[in-house]
Amino acid sequence: MNSARLSFDLVVVGAGPGGLAAASVAAERGGSVALLDNSPWLGGQIWRGEQARSAVPLARQWIERFLASGARAVMQASVFASPDRGVLLAETPAARLTVRFKKLILATGARELFLPFPGWTLPGVVGPGGLQAMVKAGWPVAGRRVVVAGSGPLLVAVADGLRRYGARIPLIAEQAPQLRLARFAAGLWRYPDKLAQAVAMKARLLGIPYRAGVWLRRAEGGERVERVVLTDGRRSWTVECDLLACGWNLVPNTELPRLLGCALASGFVRVDEFQRSSVEGVFCVGELTGIAGADAALVQGQIAGLAAVGETEAAREWFAERSRWHRFGAALTRAFALRPELRQLAKRETVVCRCEDVSREAVERCRDAREAKLHTRCGMGPCQGRICGAATQFLFGWESDSIRPPVFPVRMESLLTASEHPKPVSNLSDPTS
Amino acid sequence: MSAAPDIVIVGAGIVGAACARECARAGLRVLVLDRGPVGGGTTAAGMGHIVVMDDSPAQFALTAFSRRLWQELAPELPAAVEYDPCGTLWVAADEPEMAEVHRKAAFYRERGVRVEVLEGDDVAAAEPALRPGMAGGLRVVDDAVVYPPAAAQHLLESQENARRIEVRPGVTVAALNEDGGVTLADGTRVSAGVAVNAAGPWSPLLAPGLPVRKRKGHLVITDRHPGFVHHQIVELGYLKSAHAVTADSVAFNIQPRKTGQMLIGSSRQFGAEGTEINAEILDRMLRRAFEYLPGLGRLSAIRAWAGHRAATPDKLPLIGPSLASDRIWLATGHEGLGITTSLATGRLLADQVLGRAPAIPVEPYLPARLGKGDTPHA
Ligand SMILES: Cc1cc2nc3c(=O)[nH]c(=O)nc-3n(C[C@H](O)[C@H](O)[C@H](O)COP(=O)(O)OP(=O)(O)OC[C@H]3O[C@@H](n4cnc5c(N)ncnc54)[C@H](O)[C@@H]3O)c2cc1C
Ligand SMILES: Cc1cc2nc3c(=O)[nH]c(=O)nc-3n(C[C@H](O)[C@H](O)[C@H](O)COP(=O)(O)OP(=O)(O)OC[C@H]3O[C@@H](n4cnc5c(N)ncnc54)[C@H](O)[C@@H]3O)c2cc1C
Repeated sequence: MNSARLSFDLVVVGAGPGGLAAASVAAERGGSVALLDNSPWLGGQIWRGEQARSAVPLARQWIERFLASGARAVMQASVFASPDRGVLLAETPAARLTVRFKKLILATGARELFLPFPGWTLPGVVGPGGLQAMVKAGWPVAGRRVVVAGSGPLLVAVADGLRRYGARIPLIAEQAPQLRLARFAAGLWRYPDKLAQAVAMKARLLGIPYRAGVWLRRAEGGERVERVVLTDGRRSWTVECDLLACGWNLVPNTELPRLLGCALASGFVRVDEFQRSSVEGVFCVGELTGIAGADAALVQGQIAGLAAVGETEAAREWFAERSRWHRFGAALTRAFALRPELRQLAKRETVVCRCEDVSREAVERCRDAREAKLHTRCGMGPCQGRICGAATQFLFGWESDSIRPPVFPVRMESLLTASEHPKPVSNLSDPTS
Repeated sequence: MSAAPDIVIVGAGIVGAACARECARAGLRVLVLDRGPVGGGTTAAGMGHIVVMDDSPAQFALTAFSRRLWQELAPELPAAVEYDPCGTLWVAADEPEMAEVHRKAAFYRERGVRVEVLEGDDVAAAEPALRPGMAGGLRVVDDAVVYPPAAAQHLLESQENARRIEVRPGVTVAALNEDGGVTLADGTRVSAGVAVNAAGPWSPLLAPGLPVRKRKGHLVITDRHPGFVHHQIVELGYLKSAHAVTADSVAFNIQPRKTGQMLIGSSRQFGAEGTEINAEILDRMLRRAFEYLPGLGRLSAIRAWAGHRAATPDKLPLIGPSLASDRIWLATGHEGLGITTSLATGRLLADQVLGRAPAIPVEPYLPARLGKGDTPHA
């Protein structure tokens, strides 16, 4: 295996809006800056694949600014461990990288929350974000009927995108009640950005059937999903479909900050006014610090990038703008809060942990995530609780189990870290475990 | 539990669970306390290799007896325990190690332990993933593998005696008392005839001066790659450097799990209190494993962690009354063999508590052998 050593003044992990902004402003002020991301593209979840087409002006603007900034992009590099202070390990398809940093900005974003319900493991049931990425990468959806369900602004954005690729959208089912959404929409005039306005209104403007206060009860089908059963709490009905895209808001990817020791508060990384975490020299921005969208991430990224190179006065100039987006994030969170009925979607026999096939019934007998892991294998699989951990947190209020390297599966040989010139190995007088 | 229990056991690891099972089987009422869940301490951090060992006659006696108890228990073990009689393959890299294979083979055969000596080609056929050119190996046919947390749970719950055992997880014990009870962290006193310290590597915190030290070990678990190895494979290579043993050491040790995953060990370190991963040790441990299994490096790893063995100066556990009080008992110090020797420990502890003739001579494991407990060994 190849291994390479790199060293920078500032390393940024995650090439979404937060990371792009942080790396750009820091590199523009000199110093060596690297931006690492596990995907082949700049832009993160939201701008993935925009690089060539540049359909979104803001995406084009930031990607161009980044490319001109002098920062170095290290793509397809998944950061999976930190064996020592100031050192990260990353795996690329061809090599293992040892990356040294003086300052670190984490912008690892969020993933969709998947809640277990009967039928959620059927082929054809996918996450909206995942489906969006597949479609952008060329997976055909033309003519297919896609029900989009769950919660959050992402549903509308994804449905719109799918339709542009020729999919038919029989329905967007948003679990949040109409009243809350209306209140949220009414407050949006404060946020000039068109995207923000669109959040609640867009669907109807686009002519896609959109129903608030409606949620999934189950998905049905033989080989794959053929229909979904929806409810508004009073009655239930069936909608035929070829695909079901469902996700319930976002959960932050806190594995790496937790591995580094960053303190959390209510599930997000705790940061100060300069986006500094509790760990010296480590900043966190974007969804890691609260779900507030791309605009918030851009502002936080700039603040962290400037603060990391010592430009605290310049960073301060962004504080007011950040406050505005924080209020937006708070309103978003209130509007799309998950209804308690969703805790009852999974039946006793419904699988909660997909990697290890563990049912709700088995998991529910345990007192916490660690006990469930030890005695049912829930969360022990290759995803290491990324999916079921967030679900059991919502279902049972469990805190996730301890985080251990690697943060996601890597080749065994990538774990070789310490010495490129190992000391002679001394063996045991007792080689059993 | 209405009346005071006959016996209170501190620690619901595999050792505490085995002690509870044997005492309950003999009719005693047992209370088991643990600050965490059942089997959540060292029992969750180790490998679960049920293995006969022969570093000393006493070690052989205990491991062989205990392995027999595991074999007797095997038919009743639920699937969750993942009992797999895959056997151990001790691999010899060269002729001096092969001589050790023959010595071990003779020793085991004389004592009724089933073994097979493999020549180089047989080893290659048995484990094609091993690097070519091994001198040979020793297959210990009846060694096995279990998933220890589920085994501990089963020992506490199995039908015949479960109702005599009360398990209270989430209860921290502050002290074992000379009158046989314990005092909890919240100040509550729990009375009992006898209190047993089965707190594994934490046992000295409840028994100041106990000559038990933490010996850290690292493990890595792979994703599912069924059929890559078939036995628990362990190296015999330590012989060459036996005289140069340093405080920190590694050896090649791999375990196939019923899930198709593999656990890879092992390392030993004194004076490393935390459970964080030590990059240099992990590095050395994995390099050693890759030397034996060149294809291993390209398989997928999903988690690495570390735990602590409870080590005694003579590498034998402490099973019996403490020197502090005849109502405070010890069942700890099992180092790297506590999963294997748990069942024998339970049996020997119950034999002594009840005044029965011990199943095997118990003297080598009595705490009294190490002298006054108030002089910790270096
Ligand atoms: C056979 C086997 C197979 C396994 N397979 C897998 C697998 O497939 N996938 C996987 O992810 N993992 C697997 N594991 C790993 C395992 O369950 C855990 O990863 C391991 O227990 C280490 O736990 P941890 O990293 O969560 O650390 P923790 O267990 O969280 O560390 C906590 C430690 O601190 C101790 N402790 C708790 N409270 C206190 C306190 N108040 N004061 C002091 N100490 C305290 C606990 O007793 C424990 O030892 C397997 C384990 C075994 C044995
Ligand atoms: C890396 C590694 C690999 C190993 N591999 C093997 C192997 O292959 N085969 C084998 O046979 N053995 C193996 N072992 C050894 C084996 O895991 C241990 O010997 C065994 O688990 C010890 O069990 P125990 O019940 O004594 O301790 P533990 O499982 O640690 O149980 C002690 C319990 O006491 C509780 N406790 C502690 N203090 C208090 C308190 N004050 N109040 C309440 N509760 C308390 C803890 O929470 C814990 O649950 C290995 C160990 C390690 C570290």
